[in-house]
Amino acid sequence: MLTLLGVATVVVGFAVRLNPLLVVTLAAFVTGLAAGLSPVEVLEAFGKAFNENRFVSAAYLVLPVIGVVERAGLQERARSLIARFRGVSVGPFLIGYLAFRQLTSALGLTSIAGHAQSIRPMVAPMAEGAVEMRTGRPLDPETRQDTRAMASATDNIGLFFGEDIFIAIGSILLMVGFLATSGIVIDPIHLSLWAIPTALIAFVLHAGRLILFDRRLRRRAGA
Amino acid sequence: MIKLTAVYVLAGLVFAAFAILSATDRNNGKRFGNAAFWGLVSLSFLAGDRLGDLGNGILVLGLAGIAGFGLLGRGQPATTSPQERKALAERFGEKLFVPALTLPVVVALGVLVLKPLQFGGVPLLDPKQATLLSLALAAVIAVGVGLILLRQPPISPLQEGRRLMDTVGWAALLPQMLAALGAIFALAGVGELVGKLVTDWIPMDARLTAVAVYCLGMAGFTIIMGNAFAAFPVMTAGIGLPILIHRFGGDPAVVASIGMLSGFCGTLMTPLAANFNLVPAALLELPDRYAVIKKQIPTALPLLIANVVLMYVLAFR
Repeated sequence: MLTLLGVATVVVGFAVRLNPLLVVTLAAFVTGLAAGLSPVEVLEAFGKAFNENRFVSAAYLVLPVIGVVERAGLQERARSLIARFRGVSVGPFLIGYLAFRQLTSALGLTSIAGHAQSIRPMVAPMAEGAVEMRTGRPLDPETRQDTRAMASATDNIGLFFGEDIFIAIGSILLMVGFLATSGIVIDPIHLSLWAIPTALIAFVLHAGRLILFDRRLRRRAGA
Repeated sequence: MIKLTAVYVLAGLVFAAFAILSATDRNNGKRFGNAAFWGLVSLSFLAGDRLGDLGNGILVLGLAGIAGFGLLGRGQPATTSPQERKALAERFGEKLFVPALTLPVVVALGVLVLKPLQFGGVPLLDPKQATLLSLALAAVIAVGVGLILLRQPPISPLQEGRRLMDTVGWAALLPQMLAALGAIFALAGVGELVGKLVTDWIPMDARLTAVAVYCLGMAGFTIIMGNAFAAFPVMTAGIGLPILIHRFGGDPAVVASIGMLSGFCGTLMTPLAANFNLVPAALLELPDRYAVIKKQIPTALPLLIANVVLMYVLAFR
C-alpha cells in the first residue's frame, strides 16, 4: 500500500501547483523508497528511464522553423487570411480542423499536425481572426485565451479519436501483443474497425460543443 | 540505416546553441539558469548513453532543481516588432505558409515513401522510429526553405527557436520526466496494486457493472498514470480478460478497442499527459496551465459514458 504514496504525491503536488518537475522527482523517490529501493538505486532507475525516453523531447526540433515563420509574420498572415472569408465563423472553422485531424490520423499521419507546428503558428491565429472578424474589434484577453485553448483541445480530440483507426499505430500494436500473450489471437483490422463508432461520437460531441462555443462568444461580444 | 541517434545528435547541437545564446542574452536576468537548463538537455542528447544511470539521475536532479527553484527566466532575443510583422505579412503573402506546410508534406513523404525504402535488404530508416526521423528531416528542410524563401538572417532559426523554447520553459521536459516516473511506477508495481484494489472492492456480477468498471477504470487509471498504455495491461488483465471476455463472453476486439479509447478520455483530463495538455498551454502563452484540460473535460466525460454504452451494446451481440 505504501507504494501508492507516490501517486498521492503527484496528485497533491499538481493540485497545489508546485513546480511539476520537482513533484515528479519527489514522487519517483517516494515510490522507489516505499518499494524498498535505496536512494541511489532510485536515482539510477530514474536516470536510466529518463535517458531511454529522450525521443519524447526530440519533437522540439520543429520549433526553429516555426520561430522563423513567426518572425516573418505568419501569425498575422493567418489572421488576415481568415478575415477574407467573410462567412467563416470560429465554430465551423474548428470543426473543419477536427475533421481534417481525425481523417489524417486515421490514415496514420499523426505527426503532420500538432500544437507546435500547426496550432500556434496557424490554427489558433486563424481561429482568433475568425472571432475578431465577427465582432469587429480586437479580442479581450479572456476570449483570446478561450479561443486558443479550444484550438488546442480540438487538436488533441481529433488526434486521439482518429489514430486508433490506423492499424499500425502504437496502441493497436500494444493491444494485439497483450491479447496474444493471453492466448487470444486477433487481427489488428478488427481493433481498428471497432474504434470507428467512438470516433464518430467524438466528432459529433465535440462539433456540437464547438457550435455552442461559437454562440457563446457571439453573445459575449454582443453584451 | 539511419537511426534515432542521428536525431539525438541534431537535437543535442540545437539545444547546445540555445544554451550558448541564452548565456549571452543580457535582457534575461536569469540567463545563466536558462543556459544551464538547456545545456543539461543538450548534454543528455549528446552523451546520455555515456553518462551511466547514476550520471543521468544526477542530470535529472539538476533539471528539476533549476526549474523548481525558479532559476529559469525567459530569453528576449531580438526579433521583429508587431508592426514589422504586419508589414512583412503583407509583403510575403501566402508564401509565409510554405515553410510551415513543408513540415507535414515531408513527414508524410517520409512515412509513406522513405519508410518502405530498402537498400540491399537494409531499410533506409529505422522502421520503429520512421516517424520521428521524418519529423527531424522535415524540420531541417523546412528551416532551409524558410531561410531562403523569406530571406531571414541565418541565426534566426536558433534565436527564434530559443524564444519559443523559453516560452515553453520547464514544461518542455515534463513529458519525458513523467515517462521516467512511469518506469518507476512499473518497477514498484503501482499498476498491479491499483488494479487489485479495483477488482477486490467492486462487485462485478452484473454485465453492465463490469463494463462500467472496466471503462471508468481505464479512464481513472489513465488519469493517475498519465498514459492509457500503462492502464491497458493492468485493467485488461484485472477485469477485461477474466470477467468481460471469459465470464460474459464479450468480443475481445470490441472490449480491447473501446477500452483503450476510454483510456484516451482519461488522457484528455489529466495534467500528467503533459505533452498534450500542459505543453500546449505554455506554447500558447495561456496564464492558466490547466486551460486546455478544462476545455476538454466537457467532451471527454460524455464520450466516456458513450463508450460504456457502446461496449455494452457491441461486445455481447
